[in-house]
Amino acid sequence: MELTERHVEGLKELLYKMADDQLIIGHRNSEWTGLGPILEEDIAFSSMAQDKIGQSHALFELLNGLGENEPDIVAFTRNSNQFHNCQLVELPIGEYDFSLVRHFYFDHAEALRFEALMDSSFEPLSMIARKYKGEIKYHTLHADSWLKILAKGTEESFTRIQNNINEFFPHALGIFEQGDYEKELIEADIFIGEEALRTRWYEKISALLTSFGYSVPALDSATPIYGGRKGVHTPSLQPLLDEMTEVFSIDPTAEW
Amino acid sequence: MYGNAYIEGGSDGVNTLVAGEDPVKLAEFEARIAAGDKIEPKDWMPKEYKKQLVRMIEQHAHSEVIGALPEGTWITRAPGFRRKLALMAKVQDEIGHAQLLYSAAETLGKSREDMINDLINGKSKYSNVFNYPAVTWADSAVIAWLIDAGAIVNQLANSKGSYGPYVRALERICAEESFHLKYGHDNVVFLATGTPKQREMVQDALNRWWEPIMHFFGPSDKASQHTEILMRWKVKMASNDDMRQTYLDMYVPKIWDLGLTLPDPNLKKNEETGKWEYTEPNWDVFKQVISGNGPCNKERLAVRRMAEEKGRWVRNAILRKEASYVTPLS
Repeated sequence: MELTERHVEGLKELLYKMADDQLIIGHRNSEWTGLGPILEEDIAFSSMAQDKIGQSHALFELLNGLGENEPDIVAFTRNSNQFHNCQLVELPIGEYDFSLVRHFYFDHAEALRFEALMDSSFEPLSMIARKYKGEIKYHTLHADSWLKILAKGTEESFTRIQNNINEFFPHALGIFEQGDYEKELIEADIFIGEEALRTRWYEKISALLTSFGYSVPALDSATPIYGGRKGVHTPSLQPLLDEMTEVFSIDPTAEW
Repeated sequence: MYGNAYIEGGSDGVNTLVAGEDPVKLAEFEARIAAGDKIEPKDWMPKEYKKQLVRMIEQHAHSEVIGALPEGTWITRAPGFRRKLALMAKVQDEIGHAQLLYSAAETLGKSREDMINDLINGKSKYSNVFNYPAVTWADSAVIAWLIDAGAIVNQLANSKGSYGPYVRALERICAEESFHLKYGHDNVVFLATGTPKQREMVQDALNRWWEPIMHFFGPSDKASQHTEILMRWKVKMASNDDMRQTYLDMYVPKIWDLGLTLPDPNLKKNEETGKWEYTEPNWDVFKQVISGNGPCNKERLAVRRMAEEKGRWVRNAILRKEASYVTPLS
């Protein structure tokens, strides 16, 4: 079908939130470098961080093709109220249990989002979704393996993970905050929409968590934490951005 | 990346390294090394050979882990996607080197956990160079180029050593370090040819790092029977002064080519001798830093200790007492 201005706006909204999610979670994952519980986990989180930042860059390039500024400028010069990532990804890395549970929640949502986008009518986006499918597979595999191991590790490891599953479920639901153009994206077959994605995600994580031996938070008992997609963020995001842009902002016109 | 190992012990005239060893086995061992054979974990080896190697490989592994800290703080600040991705990959490599090296040292009977405990208790050392702060982005560029370059000089020499697992780990490490060097050089070139502010940043960083770089290979070796035996066993592969000369010869001209200066008015190559002349760096400062009084020693160990303590519950959860480690990764 012929894309109207609203379709293009919807597409940009989708791309911005995905690109921002990947950039911010990649940045957070990279903070584990040198500090992981075992060296192998420093390395794993760094690999995933590199993948996420690379994917973010590819999405910003798509936006650049749709008339937005170039990736470095867009990523390194905006303030927190101009970011569209969900609040889950901006929270500090905290303890390893939190980082793992966030990784599990977020990466399953991301994997399913990319899987759905493989059939997007917007060809450049479906190409990106196909290209990165292989990378994301390893991210969910990593999250699943650790949640499984820690369920059977010690009482402490089980409890820590279960507590984080419960505590951050409302934040995870915030991933699926709807935008202003859900209808347009769905009718043009660009994207299945956040509601459908959330259904797929909840089925997926429920089955996995149950199989590992954790209890699954009920969907109807949780109030999702929204705001991120509209530029409303926790106090954690602006300091992250200040740090991320510290060098770039010395001279944004210089070549670094 | 890595500095030179600090080989300890031994005094002139007393042959403590081979005391009590079976002379026949010792002669066979030395003949194998002289013939270019590699010594493998299950082979006979003198006690002191094992001890020196564990100390050296362990120091090297610790250096990789601690070395990730000064550069790691710049991952979250790297300007632009290209630099951010490259620096992440570089520091990740360093952690990977630690993993390879701990595994090589474990073949000699000391567990990774024991080594890390000795690191955070201050019992074993790591390269002195990581006790200095990376003040600006330009410091991280200078480290990636010129400290990694020093590491390559050192590690290429050590990769001709006699202990198989260490040598094979070093071969893999050197291949990766050469990419770090390219990354660091590219980064310094951009700064040196950039805006006046960028040039000032990189020159300041170079001024700060020159003394640690001159310290990097350690003080001149004292001639001793101890050193002689370690060189015969191919544990120590080149003298500290020789490595420093090789380094100066390779990198000083490249630094000057970029229009950058070095804070030593006496630095020049004597064309007659072919040797570089320089002002001796302050070795008292070096000894102070090694003994724990450098600008960042306490901070580095505190960070490492915190990481170990915070991660203990994870390690406890995955510990399988029946699984013991026997095969080196390389």
